[in-house]
Amino acid sequence: MAKLTLLFFLSFLIFSSSIAFQSDELLVDDDEFGLEGAKPRSTDLYTSSSSSPQQQQQTPTIRRRYSDPTDLDSKVQFTLEHAFGDSDFSPAGTFSARLKTWSHGGKTLTKLRFSRNDFSAEEKDTFKNLLKGDDFYRIRLPSNVVSPPGREFVIASVRARCLPRDGLDEHFIIHMEGANILAVSYGSPGACQYPRQLKLPAKWSFNSHTILKSSEQAPRTPIFTEEILGSENVEGEVEPPPERSFWAKYWMYLIPLGLVVMNAVTQASNMAEEPAGGQAGGAQVQPAARRR
Amino acid sequence: MAIRVFLTLLLFLSSAILSFSLYEDQAGLTDWHQRYIGKVKHAVFHTQKTGRKRVIVSTEENVVASLDLRHGEIFWRHVLGTKDAIDGAGIALGKYVITLSSEGSTLRAWNLPDGQMVWETSLLTAQHSKSLLSVPINLKVDKDYPITVFGGGYLHAVSAIDGEVLWKKDFTAEGFEVQRVLQAPGSSIIYVLGFLHSSEAVVYQIDSKSGEVVAQKSTVFPGGFSGEISSVSSDKVVVLDSTRSILVTIGFIDGDISFQKTPISDLVEDSGTAEILSPLLSNMLAVKVNKRTIFVNVGDKGKLEVVDSLSDETAMSDSLPVADDQEAFASVHHEGSKIHLMVKLVNDLNNVLLRETIQMDQNRGRVHKVFMNNYIRTDRSNGFRALIVMEDHSLLLLQQGAIVWSREEGLASVTDVTTAELPLEKDGVSVAKVEHTLFEWLKGHVLKLKGSLLLASPEDVVAIQELRVKSSGKNKLTRDHNGFRKLILALTRAGKLFALHTGDGRIVWSMLLNSPSQSQSCERPNGVSLYQWQVPHHHAMDENPSVLVVGKCGSDSSAPGVLSFVDVYTGKEISSSDIGHSVVQVMPLPITDSKEQRLHLIADTVGHVHLYPKTSEALSIFQREFQNVYWYTVEADDGIIRGHVMKGSCSGETADEYCFTTRELWTVVFPSESEKIISTLTRKPNEVVHTQAKVNTDQDLLYKYVSRNLLFVATVSPKGAGEIGSVTPEESSLVVYLIDTITGRILHRLSHQGCQGPVHAVFSENWVVYHYFNIRAHKYEVTVVEIYDQSRAENKNVWKLILGKHNLTAPITSYSRPEVFTKSQSYFFAQSVKTIAVTSTAKGITSKQLLIGTIGDQILALDKRFVDPRRTLNPSQAEKEEGIIPLTDTLPIIPQAYVTHSHKVEGLRGIVTAPSKLESTTHVFAYGVDLFYTRLAPSKTYDSLTDDFSYALLLITIVALVAAIYITWVLSEKKELSEKWR
Repeated sequence: MAKLTLLFFLSFLIFSSSIAFQSDELLVDDDEFGLEGAKPRSTDLYTSSSSSPQQQQQTPTIRRRYSDPTDLDSKVQFTLEHAFGDSDFSPAGTFSARLKTWSHGGKTLTKLRFSRNDFSAEEKDTFKNLLKGDDFYRIRLPSNVVSPPGREFVIASVRARCLPRDGLDEHFIIHMEGANILAVSYGSPGACQYPRQLKLPAKWSFNSHTILKSSEQAPRTPIFTEEILGSENVEGEVEPPPERSFWAKYWMYLIPLGLVVMNAVTQASNMAEEPAGGQAGGAQVQPAARRR
Repeated sequence: MAIRVFLTLLLFLSSAILSFSLYEDQAGLTDWHQRYIGKVKHAVFHTQKTGRKRVIVSTEENVVASLDLRHGEIFWRHVLGTKDAIDGAGIALGKYVITLSSEGSTLRAWNLPDGQMVWETSLLTAQHSKSLLSVPINLKVDKDYPITVFGGGYLHAVSAIDGEVLWKKDFTAEGFEVQRVLQAPGSSIIYVLGFLHSSEAVVYQIDSKSGEVVAQKSTVFPGGFSGEISSVSSDKVVVLDSTRSILVTIGFIDGDISFQKTPISDLVEDSGTAEILSPLLSNMLAVKVNKRTIFVNVGDKGKLEVVDSLSDETAMSDSLPVADDQEAFASVHHEGSKIHLMVKLVNDLNNVLLRETIQMDQNRGRVHKVFMNNYIRTDRSNGFRALIVMEDHSLLLLQQGAIVWSREEGLASVTDVTTAELPLEKDGVSVAKVEHTLFEWLKGHVLKLKGSLLLASPEDVVAIQELRVKSSGKNKLTRDHNGFRKLILALTRAGKLFALHTGDGRIVWSMLLNSPSQSQSCERPNGVSLYQWQVPHHHAMDENPSVLVVGKCGSDSSAPGVLSFVDVYTGKEISSSDIGHSVVQVMPLPITDSKEQRLHLIADTVGHVHLYPKTSEALSIFQREFQNVYWYTVEADDGIIRGHVMKGSCSGETADEYCFTTRELWTVVFPSESEKIISTLTRKPNEVVHTQAKVNTDQDLLYKYVSRNLLFVATVSPKGAGEIGSVTPEESSLVVYLIDTITGRILHRLSHQGCQGPVHAVFSENWVVYHYFNIRAHKYEVTVVEIYDQSRAENKNVWKLILGKHNLTAPITSYSRPEVFTKSQSYFFAQSVKTIAVTSTAKGITSKQLLIGTIGDQILALDKRFVDPRRTLNPSQAEKEEGIIPLTDTLPIIPQAYVTHSHKVEGLRGIVTAPSKLESTTHVFAYGVDLFYTRLAPSKTYDSLTDDFSYALLLITIVALVAAIYITWVLSEKKELSEKWR
């Protein structure tokens, strides 16, 4: 009987967690990455959730799905904890995800969901104090999702004044390596103005965005042989250089030309003013020439 | 098309070569190279042929060298690898230098006159043990007297002629430690004395011809031994028992072991624990008790008696046979600023053969080691000379009461380098003294003119070369207009600070660090790092610049630190202080006080941060910035990087107001099973970036992400942290990160599968270049990562800029979500690398060159253009015009691009660059066992005329032109006049 209840409870949990949120997450089919023997490429999973009123206070656990015992995927949950300034850490939300185990032993986290607890009245006051003092709001995650907290907690902090907009906007980037969390970047989704202004949030609800990031593979160093270079050079037609505008081509000639023209014009206008003087000069020279 | 591409490439390369290389006669004009050997460990004198007096030394920098005893010059020198420490050296057959290295596993013979390697033998080793080398002192070419080598648990007999292993004997038994290998002169029996479990003495007698054990005896000594051993004759050794209070004489005449115990309290009253000193004296023993050195005579029956006692600060040499079967040894002790050298007979300590007093520079510290050598004077009496090694690692030869020569070997172990300006030219100092007369000046220029017109005779060429080397007062001790003359401040491991002149590399001043408290525990702090403390340029102009030297008492990380402030112009210590806390990290802050002293934060092991200078002004300046001071720590062993922020003042009775607590802001935890930190790197804090923007070929703008708070981290799989080739490509991967050190955000993360360290990287402006090994391709690779800022990308419109609708002047905060993107590209590189640096210029306009310290101990200058991620296989015409090089898979190594040209900077460890005042030029200083300095102009000296520019030619041309103008004018006047009169 007890077993049945537990089973029922668990399945209810799974059910509730899968339909309780209206997530706009792009559900990527896991099989897309399931290349045999290949390490998974970099995957960025985006989830975003608005806080739900339900209070999920659970210690992180792993549960196998009973429906499909051969499936290597397992569900994991891990807790987000927060601290105000120097206070102790307390639970603030829960991440739940599927841990996919690959045939070669690698593990990846997919389908991350996040439920954020709202601030309690007491926490609101403490947060207001943080805002006044421009102090740090700190969060932490276990460094291993399978056996939390792993070696040590992964901590991130932000100046509390960076968070409030309309609501409390937060943005997580969780850097994963298998089932380990390397680091978490935490802050507001956009810019944080400096100097930071004291601003109380209009709504005391969290607007959370989460990105899971795994390592990006470096491209292989290309190897060119002489042959490739040679053949390409033979085959490759001379690509006409992109046609540049007339101005771009000849500006170095046009500007001096323009200057010369301008100079000439001003001179000409000057000349026009004293044509008589010029003629007189010429007349004076001529007798001298005639003299010899 | 192909031809065009080829031609462009050729044209480009030829121009590139021109900008790299220098002509043969330009070598040595701006560069200098100094050769060192390091702190001497062993010295072997060679006096067989009187004409060639040399000394063979082996050093702590793993150098074996032959020095000229008359002048101290290096005849030849070999730098063994960093892991090939020399255990012993000797001379065999009168013509070979024998060295034992790598914990007794490598035995080499070098030809004495020229240093050629004659043979090399690898010896079998099985465990860590003492390495003992004994070279027979006879000249007969005879296999009966082989070199005996003990190392790694095996005793080997090696023929001196060809290095052949004649026999070997296994001593790898459990708990057995071989202490001494002795061979009486003329006897063919080798005694091997060892301790079994430190309590049983075992003596093996081995026939030196066959290697067979003739006899073996062992006796248990109930007290146990403490390991320090001194052999006083060929059949006796003296050792301390485990309580260090009883001297035990072990005699093994004919293989019978006998013990004789003598408590030290019988020898000296009121004695503590004793220590046997290393010098080998015949039938005598030097023991250090109660801070005094006592000499103990060992009688025939093993009876010990004190014959003399000396003050603690005495250094002694081994004893040396002099005439009439007598042995003598040298001792050196200090008295004020003088040292006293005494040579005494071992048998009769009252008989002083030589007593000399020599004035010694206080900045050399104490005498560490003495090596004595005797020679026959012109009057046929015995003369003595002593080679002494001082506390600052310098090597001096004393003879006839004078220092014949000295070598500053401390410079072979430079730990940190910075540069400093020279003083300004004062009114009183006349320049004319250095500059030559007008006639000489003209003569010089005429010579140069001849040279440039190819009219010079060979003598003239020599004269020109000499003129050039001496030219332009490059060795003056004042600041010059171009900033070419500077001081290079080098801190050595011995704790000595040297100021070298960039002109010729001479030592302007040197200063040995002193412990301010002179406490027993910290007699001499060793130098750790060097910082610019005060660089007056705006205010406080009449103050001399100064540097901060951070030292440490002892080697562990919690050892208390010592700060010393040194005036750069005079080389005098302004002040020094025992700071009373450990030094983990020194952080120069970008703020200075009114006297232009830079504020520094020093973190200790407890996690507190201390502010220096400890003045109220500094404190008030710091309090203003208190909120914005962040710092980070890298725990490489645990794989954790932590960010911290200031929290408040320290509490506790010892704390003062300059001590602050911190709190943790962020952590990056690398999974211990897959990643291990092998390299971290930040930008140089004083680097100048000329422009934030980079213009693309398509008139597009890219904004560099120029942040001072970026940290480059490279991690490798724990398996791949070992030697190259120890793992398969599947087992090892290399991951590199760019981490913002304020918020702990990872801005860039890239993993290289099948690659491993060691990683050598250089970080400048917005790019990192790193070098690693690709296991799959069996090649070294170089990858460049450039990071660009996208949040400023909209600021392209000119109108926006004019109307001020841009965010270029908005303050940047790390708390904004960074919008960055990176570009990266990899190339193969044919060489392994010891270090990488980048040129730095005054304004950062000049294009950069990477300075790669190659495995051959040379420095290769590689244009940054070669590691540009925008390189493509077929660059368009516009890209080519911009200077983008067609993509190749390998970076070129152009032989002319070696800035060290024909020199080698042996044991290269670091390259330091510093800008000169001339934008085009940068100072480059490389250090290792050798020192090398040169000036580089990565884009040629576009802002100045070269040294060999012929001013005379210019002058003559101008004069000729003026004359021609005048003459033609006169002529035309005349002609006009005659025309008019016609």
